[in-house]
Amino acid sequence: MQVKILGSGCRKCVALADNTRAALDHLGQDAEIVKVTDVAQIAAHGVMSTPALVIDGKVVSTGKVLAASEIEALLRH
Amino acid sequence: MGLLEWLNDQLLRMQWLSDLVRVLVERVFGLDMATRVGASLHFFIYDVIKIFILLSVLVFGISWVQSYFPPERTRRLLGGMQGFKANLSGALLGTLTPFCSCSSIPLFIGFTSSGLPLAVTFSFLISSPLVDMASLILLASVFNWTIAIAYVLIGIVLAVIGGTLIGYARMERYIEPFVLHSPVLDLPQEQLHTADRLKYAAGQVAEIFGRVWIYVLIGVGVGAAIHNWIPASLIGALLGEEHWWSVPLATLIAVPIYADIFGTLPIAEALVAKGVGLGTALAFMMSVTALSLPSLIMLKKVIRTPLLSLFVGIVLLGIIIIGYLFNSFAPLLT
Repeated sequence: MQVKILGSGCRKCVALADNTRAALDHLGQDAEIVKVTDVAQIAAHGVMSTPALVIDGKVVSTGKVLAASEIEALLRH
Repeated sequence: MGLLEWLNDQLLRMQWLSDLVRVLVERVFGLDMATRVGASLHFFIYDVIKIFILLSVLVFGISWVQSYFPPERTRRLLGGMQGFKANLSGALLGTLTPFCSCSSIPLFIGFTSSGLPLAVTFSFLISSPLVDMASLILLASVFNWTIAIAYVLIGIVLAVIGGTLIGYARMERYIEPFVLHSPVLDLPQEQLHTADRLKYAAGQVAEIFGRVWIYVLIGVGVGAAIHNWIPASLIGALLGEEHWWSVPLATLIAVPIYADIFGTLPIAEALVAKGVGLGTALAFMMSVTALSLPSLIMLKKVIRTPLLSLFVGIVLLGIIIIGYLFNSFAPLLT
């Protein structure tokens, strides 16, 4: 599994990355979290509001900091 | 005194807070309000608390409204319109959407890649940092309702005209190619409940407060300094209304400065109190909020120099014209 956080390094992106890490740990999954900060690469995902969460190449959430529990639900899918 | 006037004085201008801070300065600190130290301390404490209160209430209210207009919906709404109506709607929707120029680049890409005309996107981009509910209420609080409404109307006019002119220039070839080839993502919109909107609005207040409090302190500090320490004659010599170049000078000084209206307004307020023309002070404020070095550097990543220069040029020219207009009509507004 590959998890990406899209965002230009704002406070919210850090929070989303932390929550994602917590969710992965809680599920006992060992996935790499990639932070994408480049505008062009963020745009390449079609995202208009950051931070966004991408799981296995699919954008699952934009413009908000999901709680760890919400991310777990998305990861289980 | 009428009820409306009383509400205006107490809720918006917060006369009660001014009186309270006066008691604090005079009785607790033992300073005379007629002295410079006493007066600047009063200005600083009163303005900081007032702006923090207004900021929290306003950001909460605006975020609530904003939760109904996520960028995807704005884009769909604008996509269905054409011509003047599209420009006007772009400018109006710009007043509802983000507070920070940092979020405008992803929006620019998302709008452009979905095929929205440059004219509409730029109307949105110009109005977004320049005009919102916060500027309306804050200006009404610091100056008066006539000035506040005039500012908002004229900001929207600038956004519509600026966007339209940029559209006529046919500069699509100066958009970085990756922008046009970006995919258009339309996530299914989740149904938000009242609790979600509350949570979102509260989160926005916390986030924006955390980001701007330092600018507010700096802005009010500079305002207090202008108010009580810098001689009016010096400010008059630089930015006095009698100099034709005061408006362009104020506009240009402000371009590199990065702050939002919450930090800039105390400076504008102090300038006007020192006899600087209303239009000159507003031009300074508009230029600080609409253009900043960080946002221009970001824009440079998505558009090439000719288009960027046109955008900056049109906004600067617009602000300068608005400055002259406000200076000429100031007697009617105050």
